[in-house]
Amino acid sequence: MKISTKWLSDYVNIDVEPQVLAEKIERTAVEVDDAYRLEKGLKKIVVGETLEVKNHPNSDHLHVCQVNVGAEEPLQIVCGAPNIAAHQKVIVALPNSRIADNVKIKRGKMRGEVSEGMICALQEIGFSESVVPKEFVEGIYVLPAEAEPGKPVYPYLGMDEDIIDLDVTPNRADMLSMRGTAYELAAIYDKKVSLPTPAIKETAAEKTADYVEVTADSDLASTYLMRVIKNVTIKESPMWLQKRLWNAGVRPINNVVDVTNYILMDYGQPLHSFDYDKISGKQITVRLAKAGEQLTTIDEQKRELSAADIVIADEKGPIALAGTMGGQDTAIDEKTTTVALEAAVFNPSLVRKTARKYNLHSEASMRFERGINRQTVAEALDAAAQLIADLGEGEITAGIAQGALENIASVEVKITLTKINKVLGTKLTSEDVEDIFRRLGFGVKVDQDLFTVSISPRRWDISIAADLIEEVARIYGYDNLPATLPTGELVPGHYTHVQKMIRETRQIMEAAGLTQAVSYGLTTAAKAKSFLMQPSEITQLSFPMSSDRTTVRMNLISGLLDDVAYNVARKVNDVALYEQGRVFYREEGISRPTEVEHIAGALTGLFETATWHDAKIPVDFFLTKGIVEHMLYSLGITTGIRFVQTTEHQEMHPGRTADIYVEDKYLGFVGEVHPTVAKEYHIDRTYVFELDLQKIVEMPKQSEIYTPVSKYPAITRDVALAVAKTVENDAIINAIKKTSGKDLAKVELFDVYEGKHIAADYKSLAYKLTYQNKEKTLLDEEVTKDFNKVVAKLKEEFNVEIR
Amino acid sequence: MGLKDKLMELQQKALEEISSAEDLKKINDIRVNLLGKKGPITEVLRGMRDLPKEERPNVGSFANKVRDELTNAITERKDRIEALKTAKRLEEEKIDVTLPGVPVKAGQPHIIMQVIDQIEKLFLGMGYQVVDGPEIEEDHYNFEMMNLPKDHPARDMQDTFYLTDNNLLMRTQTSPVQARTMEKHDFSKGPLKMISPGKVYRRDTDDATHSHQFHQIEGLVLDKHITMADLKGTLQLIARTIFGEEREIRLRPSYFPFTEPSVEVDVSCFKCNGNGCSVCKDTGWIEVLGAGMVHPNVLKISGIDADVYGGFAFGLGPDRFAMLKYGVDDIREFYLNDVRFLKQFSQRG
Ligand SMILES: [Zn+2]
Repeated sequence: MKISTKWLSDYVNIDVEPQVLAEKIERTAVEVDDAYRLEKGLKKIVVGETLEVKNHPNSDHLHVCQVNVGAEEPLQIVCGAPNIAAHQKVIVALPNSRIADNVKIKRGKMRGEVSEGMICALQEIGFSESVVPKEFVEGIYVLPAEAEPGKPVYPYLGMDEDIIDLDVTPNRADMLSMRGTAYELAAIYDKKVSLPTPAIKETAAEKTADYVEVTADSDLASTYLMRVIKNVTIKESPMWLQKRLWNAGVRPINNVVDVTNYILMDYGQPLHSFDYDKISGKQITVRLAKAGEQLTTIDEQKRELSAADIVIADEKGPIALAGTMGGQDTAIDEKTTTVALEAAVFNPSLVRKTARKYNLHSEASMRFERGINRQTVAEALDAAAQLIADLGEGEITAGIAQGALENIASVEVKITLTKINKVLGTKLTSEDVEDIFRRLGFGVKVDQDLFTVSISPRRWDISIAADLIEEVARIYGYDNLPATLPTGELVPGHYTHVQKMIRETRQIMEAAGLTQAVSYGLTTAAKAKSFLMQPSEITQLSFPMSSDRTTVRMNLISGLLDDVAYNVARKVNDVALYEQGRVFYREEGISRPTEVEHIAGALTGLFETATWHDAKIPVDFFLTKGIVEHMLYSLGITTGIRFVQTTEHQEMHPGRTADIYVEDKYLGFVGEVHPTVAKEYHIDRTYVFELDLQKIVEMPKQSEIYTPVSKYPAITRDVALAVAKTVENDAIINAIKKTSGKDLAKVELFDVYEGKHIAADYKSLAYKLTYQNKEKTLLDEEVTKDFNKVVAKLKEEFNVEIR
Repeated sequence: MGLKDKLMELQQKALEEISSAEDLKKINDIRVNLLGKKGPITEVLRGMRDLPKEERPNVGSFANKVRDELTNAITERKDRIEALKTAKRLEEEKIDVTLPGVPVKAGQPHIIMQVIDQIEKLFLGMGYQVVDGPEIEEDHYNFEMMNLPKDHPARDMQDTFYLTDNNLLMRTQTSPVQARTMEKHDFSKGPLKMISPGKVYRRDTDDATHSHQFHQIEGLVLDKHITMADLKGTLQLIARTIFGEEREIRLRPSYFPFTEPSVEVDVSCFKCNGNGCSVCKDTGWIEVLGAGMVHPNVLKISGIDADVYGGFAFGLGPDRFAMLKYGVDDIREFYLNDVRFLKQFSQRG
C-alpha cells in the first residue's frame, strides 16, 4: 500500500519528516518497504511548449521541434515519439539534466540536427510503466494545457509528494486504506482524524428501484448494495485524481473506473462498475455459479465456472466473478452512459478460493479475503457515486438497491490491568492503558482493574484480550519493555541419548577427515530409488516446483554424489564428504513414510595429496572401510562386525562392495560406485558408504571395563601363506582364532602380495600371531606347539603353502 | 736417567699423545696403554724396588701425581671429543624449520550445523530441551494446531509442498514439533522450555535469497508467569551470542497466526555498528527473526488452559544467520557443498 503523505495530510495533521514517519510506522504498526519521492535524483526537468514540429530531414520518424522552455529563445529538440505535435505541453529534460536511473542528458546532434535536451515519456523520468495511462505508454506524456513553460514538472505530476510504501501484514488489512492509515497515525501521534463524509445529491425524479432489483444470499454477500448513475460522460479523470492513483500504484483509465479505484484506496472498499445498458433485465442476483456456466472476464479470458464461485448474474447469466473480476460484456467503455455501481462484502473464504483457482489475485480480492471495514460500505458507495456524478456530469438515481445489509455493531472486549502487566512484564498504570485505548479511538469503561473496551468495526482484527495486549504493547513502544530472562528453577537441559550419539557420529566423521555436507532432501524419483538399503515405495510431491525435486530421498548417497559431481565439475577432484540426515521409507498402502536417521559418505580422488614430506594417499575401498570401522568402534561397537562381499546393490561395483553386519543385524554397505553409475554422474572412481544410524544408536554397546595389561612378555610368530585368491582373509583369521589355543592374544594381517613371485590365482598373506598369558611367562615350546597346530589346520582347510 | 726424569719424559710424551687423540677409541687405547697393569707407569713404579729406601716416597708420590694428571687429561680429552662429536651431529642435523608442517587431515561441520550447535548449546545451558520431529507432517500439526485453519489468508505466507496424499506436507516450519510437545506436556513436572531445530521446506524457486529447503530453530517457553520482557531478554541473548556482545535488538510489530503480540526482531548491524552500510541497507538494523507471545488459540487447541499458562515462541533461520555472519550472498551455496566453500568455515563455536 503506497501512502502519499500529501493525501494523508487531508485526513490527519502529522508534521514530521517522511523518513521519521516511515520509521515510526515500522516500529509501531507495519513494515515499510520504501519511503521515496519520485522527483529525487532528477534535475532540470521542466515544462516545455512545442511551438513548431517539423519532420527531420534525414529520418523518417524523427521530428525537429522548437520548444518554449520559458527562456527568451526556444530550444531545438529532436524527438522520436509518434505522438509529438505542435502546441503540446511536454516534459523537457534540459541540457545537463538528469532523468531516471541517474542518466545525464547533454546537448548533442541527432543525424545532423542539433538537439538541446530531450522530450520525455513518464517512464523516462521514473514512472513505472504499469501506472502510465495507456495512451502515453508508447510515446511522450502530454501535460495539461495550463502547465507553465519553464517551470519544474514535478508538481504537475505529483512527483513532489512523499510516498511511504507499506508492507501490510494480513492482520492489519485496516491499513489497506488511506482512512485506516490515518486512524493508525492519529493513534501513534495522539492526533485527531478529520475525514470528509460524502454529501449525496440524488435526482428525486428517478428511482433506483426502477432500474435494478438486487437479491443476494447473505452467506455469499453479507452486504450487497447498488447505485445507478445516469447520463455519465466517460472521459479522462482530472489531474488531481490521476496523480493520486498513480502515486498509489494504479494506472488511470477513465473517470468511472478511476473513481472506483480511488474509493478502493481511500476507504479500502472494493467497488465494481457495470455498464447498465449491457445488463439484461433489471434483476441482479448474487449466487453461486451453476455447473456449465461460463464468463468472459475483462482480461478476455473465457472461464468455466464452478459451484464454488460466487457470481453476480443478470437475467441471462453471470456478469461478474464476485470480488475478483468483472465480465467483459458489461464493462465500462467510452460509450457508457448509465453506470450500475456495486459495493458489497463477499464471503472471504469463497473469494479466496476463486482467486486462487483462476490466479486472479487483485487489490479487491485481497481486501475481501483479509476483511474490510463493514461499517463504511454504504458511505463508500455514496462517495463513489457522487464523485462519478461530479466528474462525468451525471445524475444519481434516488435510493440504494439493497440485496443484503449486515447490521454492524462495535465489539466489546474485556481485559484487566493485571493481565496486561503480567503478559508484558511492565508496570503500566490504569491511566497509561486508558490513554492508549483512547488514542486508538476505542471506547473504554474502567472498573477498578477491569477495562471494558469497545472496538469499532474499522478494527475488525481485534476480538480477544490478547489483541488488546498487542495494541497496548505497540503503542506503548517495544523499546520501553524491560529485558529479562524467565525466572524459576534452572535445570540445565541435556541432549537425549540419541541426539548425543548423532552429534558424536558427526564429530567422529570430521575427525576421520570427512567434511559435512547438507544436501537436498527432495530429489528425482530415480535418484530416490537408487542405493537403497531396503525396499521402499517412493513418496512424491503433488505439485513439485521443478522436475529435479519431486520425490523425498530414500538414501543419502545419491545426494552426496550430486555434491561430488558439482565439485568435480569445478575441478575440485579430491572430495571426502559425509552427510547425516533422514531418509524416508514408505510401505505400500500407507501414505506416511517412516523417517530414519542415516549416515553416509562419499570419497573420490586423493584422500591425502602428496606433500614434500609424504606420498599421496588415494581413496580406495580399504581406506573407506577403515573409516566405517573407526566410526563403529568409536561408537562402542567393537565385536561382531562383519563385512560380507555382495553383488546385490545394482549401483555398486559387484566385486568391490560389502554389506555390513553386526552379528545378524544389517547396518548398510560400503564399496565402490559402479563405473556405469559414476559415468552418469560424470565422476571418477568414487567410494561410498551408507549406514542406518538409528540401528547403530540402538545397538547394545561394549561395556567399557578396564582389562589389566599382562605383565608377562609376549611371544610372536609370523607366518606367510600362499593361498588361492578366492580364499577370504576373514576365513583364515577365523580358522586361526579357532585353533590357536587360549594364549593367542592377537592376530594381524601384515602383508598381502600378488605378482610374479607367486603362482597366478594365488596370493600371499602374512600374519603375525601374538601369544601372551596373564598369569605366567610363556615358554617357547608351548607357543611353538600351539602355532604348529594352527599351521596344520590352515594347510588342511585351505590347502595353503607355507612360504 | 733417574726414575723421576723417566716419569717426566713419559708424562710429556703421553700428554702430547692425549691432546692429539681425535676419537674415543684412540683415547681409550691411550688410557689402557698408559695406565694399565702393563703400562709404562706401572713399569716405572715397579723399578722403585731398586731405589734407596729414603727416595721411594718422593718418587712414589711424584709417580702418583703423574698418574692423576694423565688420568685427568684423558677424561678432559674424552669429554672434549664427545662435545665435539655432539656439536658435529647437531650441526649435521640442522633442518629448515620454515618448511611446511605436515597437514593433519580433518573434516569439519557444515556451517549451518555450526550455527545450530552454537544455539543449541546456549539453550541447553538455560534449561531448554532440544526436541526433534518429523520433516513430513500432517496439515493438522503444521497449520491447524498453529492457529492456521484451512483457507486462512496467512497460509499464503508459506507456500507449501503437499504430498500426493494431501493431508501430508513437507513441514514449512519446525513449530509442529512444538504442537506435538505441547499436546503431551505435563505441567505438574515443570514448565515447558524447548527448541526444535531442523530442516523445513517451502514451495519456492531457488535463487540467491530463496531456497526450497532451509533450516529453522523454533523456541517455546510456557509457564505460569512468562512475560514479553522475558522474550526480549532471551532474544537479546541469542543476538549477542551469535553476532557479538555489543549487539542491541529492537522489536517491531509483525504478524504470525500463532503468536499475539507478534514481533519481528532486528539486531543492530554488526558490520557498521548501526551507522549504515550495504548489509543493513543503510538502516543500521538487520531483521533476524520472528517471535511473539503464544496465541491463546494455540494453547487451547493443545488442551492447555490459556488463563493459567502462557509464554513466548520464536523462530530463527540458521541459514540466514550464517549468511549474515559470514557474508554469504547466495543461499544455494549451503546445499551445493562445494568443498572450497565448506572448508572456509573452520573454527568451531
Ligand atoms: Zn550496517
